[in-house]
Amino acid sequence: MTPAVLARGVHVTLGGAAILHHVDLTVQTGETVALLGANGSGKSTLVRALVGAVPIDRGTVELLGRPLGRSVAWDRMGYVPQRVTATTGVPTTASEVVTSGTLYGRRLLPPRGARARVLEALDAVGLAAVADRAVRELSGGQQQRVLIARALVRRPDLLMLDEPVAGVDLPSQQAFADALGRLAASGTTILVVLHELGAIAPLIGRAVVLRHGSVVHDGAPPSPAHDHAAAGHEHLHPHTGDTDAGETSDAGVTPTVRLRP
Amino acid sequence: MNAWSELGGMLTDPLMQRALVAALLVGLAAPVIGTYLVQRRLSLLGDGIGHVALTGVAVGWLAGSIMGLAPADALAVPGAVVAAVLGAVIIELVRERGRTSGDVALALLFYGGIAGGVLIISRAGGTSANLMSYLFGSISTVTGADLALTVALSLLVLGTGIGLRTALFAVSHDEEFARAAGLPVRLLNITIAVIAALTVTVAMRVVGLLLVSALMIVPVAVAQLVTTSFRRTMTTGMAIGATVCVLGLTITYWNDVSPGAMIVVLAIGLYAVTATVRPVVLARRRRESGRHDPHPQVPDDVQLTETREA
Repeated sequence: MTPAVLARGVHVTLGGAAILHHVDLTVQTGETVALLGANGSGKSTLVRALVGAVPIDRGTVELLGRPLGRSVAWDRMGYVPQRVTATTGVPTTASEVVTSGTLYGRRLLPPRGARARVLEALDAVGLAAVADRAVRELSGGQQQRVLIARALVRRPDLLMLDEPVAGVDLPSQQAFADALGRLAASGTTILVVLHELGAIAPLIGRAVVLRHGSVVHDGAPPSPAHDHAAAGHEHLHPHTGDTDAGETSDAGVTPTVRLRP
Repeated sequence: MNAWSELGGMLTDPLMQRALVAALLVGLAAPVIGTYLVQRRLSLLGDGIGHVALTGVAVGWLAGSIMGLAPADALAVPGAVVAAVLGAVIIELVRERGRTSGDVALALLFYGGIAGGVLIISRAGGTSANLMSYLFGSISTVTGADLALTVALSLLVLGTGIGLRTALFAVSHDEEFARAAGLPVRLLNITIAVIAALTVTVAMRVVGLLLVSALMIVPVAVAQLVTTSFRRTMTTGMAIGATVCVLGLTITYWNDVSPGAMIVVLAIGLYAVTATVRPVVLARRRRESGRHDPHPQVPDDVQLTETREA
């Protein structure tokens, strides 16, 4: 079977600095792989190089069995860039941003029934209610989810996400983890850049760790450095098991503030 | 003589008919490309292209006088079209390379354009005074041939700008995402640059090269104050552009002032009024919809041991 992502000996130089040295990466169809590393380790650059947003000096990249370029089946590929915000100069609604995701390759006009697919994609990330609201009125986490919906609207077989939960509020993180879980279960190949595994940890089968632009680990997800997982470490994220028996399943919107008497 | 017969007189004047059609088309077309330029934070691109187009006017004039054409400026507008398109494509390619060096390169291109225009026009046997009608517009001298060119170029701008709106939006909104979707990013960027250049040359006759950018940007700036969607911003901008162009031209039929300046002053006046009225309207709407907490209902990220009374 052809791997969904096949990178061989990828070198990337940006502004005269060598960011990636000889990176090999294979993601098999149906896998969920996390790309981990400290800030500045090159993990974002690697994903951007894989989708063609950053030029590659040496090496080869194949997406879904085709070399990076015009012949790639872009309609089967979804990408979520790292963003703090989805706003721009001109007021834009969430559905307009997602509609731009229906274009790919040589398709420059939205397909028939684009509106229904846009609403479906927004619904998948829990934002159907704000489809026609201006993006600038949404919270940072909601804006990030709009960008995820933009990648999902093509119903991709391969999804690449760059730090999708950085600076995102907790309900959005949970909604995101749920959406990602459904996609993985339906057979979508996922490559996700993360700073820490967090709420997505249960989905991750394999982790690739970059350090100084080279792969230093490829295998089972590593345990967090320092005392992140130690007994004394106060976790500030809600976990799926945290809800009490009496609480409903919508843990994301239930206040978790506990007032000690 | 009443107001109606005055208006009838204006509408039956063939000179004024041509001018009104040109003004209407330019008013509709300029905000279309303006919306994309504001989206990519390139509001002053139109201004830069205008400077370069001036050299095109002078080169066209020079070519016309060398060939001995009857009106010496017969090739001025075609010259402006060629120079504007070339300039816009160069600006786009420089922008693609990187922003820091691009900034200086753009400045060189702008001022080179205007200085080149003034030098070449004097070689062509004209004076800088001949350039005035291109710098500030000369809509009252629109000929039948001028109008045909204006109509053709306006329809091209409107057709491309509206027909390809999703793709042009995609590349203006998030270039990296467009690249990662396999879209022909450079081709789309150059398309925006070329239709911006065509808009500049079309609007040159109506408001003049120095005020072209205003007609592209100000209607969009007004529209932005009252809209929440890209589509609505573009259509509102087009309506505002068409209205101020036709209204400004009509006013100058009875008052001997520059139509281009009148149109731009009207547009900026509309911006001032809208910006003043908007907070009042928003406050009233908020009062009518009742008090509501603007913060989303989100659980706290910390465990509070005690809270103060809210």
